Amino acid sequence: MFEQKKFTVSHAPFWHVGSSVSTRSYNIIFAALPAVLFGVFTYGIPAVGVIALSVSSAITWEIAFNKVAKRPPCIGDGNAAMIGLLLAMLLPATAPWWLVITGTFVAVIIGKQIYGGIGANPFNPVLVSLAILTLSWKNFLDFNEVLVNYDFSYPMAYPLASLKHFGVFAISNLKPAALLMGQQSGGIGAIFGLGLILGGIYLIIRGYIRWEISISFLAGVWITALLFNMADPAHYAGPVFHLVTGYTLIGAFFLATEDSSSPVNFIPMLIYGASAGVLTVLIRNIGAFADGVVFAILIANLINPLVDKIRPKALGKVI
Amino acid sequence: MIKRSFIGLIKPRMRYQAIELTPPEPRKIPAPKQVTLLLNEPYDPFGQGKSPQLKKGDPIKTGQKLALYEDSDAYVVSSATGTISALSALIGDFGRSYTAISIDVAENEEIDEQFPALVKDTSLETVKHFLTFIPGNLPDVILSPNGSSTPIETIVICGVDRDLLITANQHTVVKESSSVKRGVEILKQITGIDNIIIASPEHLMQDAGLSGAEVRVVNPVYPASLPKLIMRDLLGRVVPAGKTCEDLGVAFISVQAVASLGKAFNEGRIPVYKHFNLINKDGTSVLVSAIIGTPVRDIFAAFNIDAGEKDRIIFGGPMTGESIYSEDHPIQPDTDAVMIQDQKSLALVSDYPCINCSECIPICPAKIQVNMLVRFLEVGKYQEAADEYDLYSCIECGLCSFVCVSRIPILQYIKLAKYELGRISRAEETNV
Repeated sequence: MFEQKKFTVSHAPFWHVGSSVSTRSYNIIFAALPAVLFGVFTYGIPAVGVIALSVSSAITWEIAFNKVAKRPPCIGDGNAAMIGLLLAMLLPATAPWWLVITGTFVAVIIGKQIYGGIGANPFNPVLVSLAILTLSWKNFLDFNEVLVNYDFSYPMAYPLASLKHFGVFAISNLKPAALLMGQQSGGIGAIFGLGLILGGIYLIIRGYIRWEISISFLAGVWITALLFNMADPAHYAGPVFHLVTGYTLIGAFFLATEDSSSPVNFIPMLIYGASAGVLTVLIRNIGAFADGVVFAILIANLINPLVDKIRPKALGKVI
Repeated sequence: MIKRSFIGLIKPRMRYQAIELTPPEPRKIPAPKQVTLLLNEPYDPFGQGKSPQLKKGDPIKTGQKLALYEDSDAYVVSSATGTISALSALIGDFGRSYTAISIDVAENEEIDEQFPALVKDTSLETVKHFLTFIPGNLPDVILSPNGSSTPIETIVICGVDRDLLITANQHTVVKESSSVKRGVEILKQITGIDNIIIASPEHLMQDAGLSGAEVRVVNPVYPASLPKLIMRDLLGRVVPAGKTCEDLGVAFISVQAVASLGKAFNEGRIPVYKHFNLINKDGTSVLVSAIIGTPVRDIFAAFNIDAGEKDRIIFGGPMTGESIYSEDHPIQPDTDAVMIQDQKSLALVSDYPCINCSECIPICPAKIQVNMLVRFLEVGKYQEAADEYDLYSCIECGLCSFVCVSRIPILQYIKLAKYELGRISRAEETNV
């Protein structure tokens, strides 16, 4: 009896499609690389410093929390690294070290781990962190103020701030194509629109993000901006400007699509994406902040559990 | 194993294996030295207060009916001649208990005379008393049509295979059409049910038509051949959550059982050879024929398969099978495939939480909110899962676990929840 071979016994199914949480995270990191590299080339070594510190401190916070909470370490899934990278992409290249470390602390610990870790966070951790940083240290995230030492061949005024404070006239000389190619000031990884779009298309094709959310978010921004623009062109910028400036594109492809805080059914995804898009333009045009993406997506995260109740009827459901 | 496509936007479509136009004969495994028959009745020689009528050393003939107690309904039919070498208890999945009857096979085969004497008379009683343990397994509900809450009005013969990589049922449709035809006639005669449908893949429509049953075509993409989806797609009737197909008056039977039924009366002896697919470590699938009760050890030996430590042996297909823990486990009447996986290529589950990636949502044929369901099941809130997130709509195809990024054993959670809820409600009924 004791010589009997021991076989692996488990439950069906005995096949698996081969996906894993880590490949998912690493593919998102890979898709973000074009925009990140462009940011590094534009802003130089300070950007490398912010990115490296952000990624490493996010991983460190995660492993520290694992130790404190006596949980098995989960940094291997790449989610902390992804959070660190996405946060760095939103920050200016000149962000001081303590701001980065505080940001990753808020993102990893307060944004994710205290809710129970990956999959349990009701809000996008990166956005929770950026919202808190924006409210706490407004000046360090004011791109006009912190990027003042950078001088390129193109205007280095933050386009959304110019629009907010000086109106449509101030942005009339900005070409959408140039903005799309990254000729604007902003977060390290948020300025290169083309790279973000390429990364987003890659993620959509590979099935790592839900295209419904990205498309409906962009549609929400476009339509709302268009309506404002049509109502009063002298006051409100056109839809294309809103699409290629600020955090719109990184929001559409990397932030609104965060797995845990976004819906999974078709109609809820459209509602979620569109409402985030609409709110973005509302905040930009009539709200207090220059860019509305962060708060718009956070508010959409808030309605996610509710809209996700709109679901197809299950097979054989009697009611 | 089918891997995720590079283009993840397309959800995986897994097609059932289609049988060749002229399928080769199944490879016949010679009679083993020992067969084991699993009798669907718990073995409890001390607790029952009555002693089993079978004991070690009893001579057994091929085709002999073996019941544990004189008055018990459950029986098996011996597939070999020899002497009983052991009676033991065996616990299966989810607490199902069996009596394992081991028989040392003698050299000369003797046929038991009881069934051949009755073969002229194709009555329900004969079938009920001798032919439920035939290759393919004849379900009780067909033989006692009033046993279920609704009388059975329709019988669906599955000419398709339940799982991927299996061709055993298709082979029967192609190669044994005369036995199937006779079987359908007998079914009509003994049950009085005229509405008999054969579910067949498109390429076997003509062969299935020879059976005399009404042919309906099943979509070749998994999981279309699972009973509840056959009900929806072929019969246009949706089984309400928590009900069975039998509750709606529809009974399912495999085409092999129908063929065995026909063969039994054609040849005057109870068939004992079961066709099934052997799925090797490299994923190749061969059709094999062996007598019921053959231990898998003998089948592996015939194919020079070395089942090593930590490999996985599965009865049934890759999506819905059951893994077993011993090479002594015998081929049973309803075994459609034996699969072995090398320990290096095992897909293992993890204890990671759901990350809400939504892979399971579009792939679920029952449109269940698997991401929410699994959150309830993980913490044991089974009743809430059933009330709010459609636990009972699940048709147990396993696709959610197949695509799960976190590799959660979702299907196992679902089956466990159904089992636990069933236990609770049974306990409540008996307490009242």
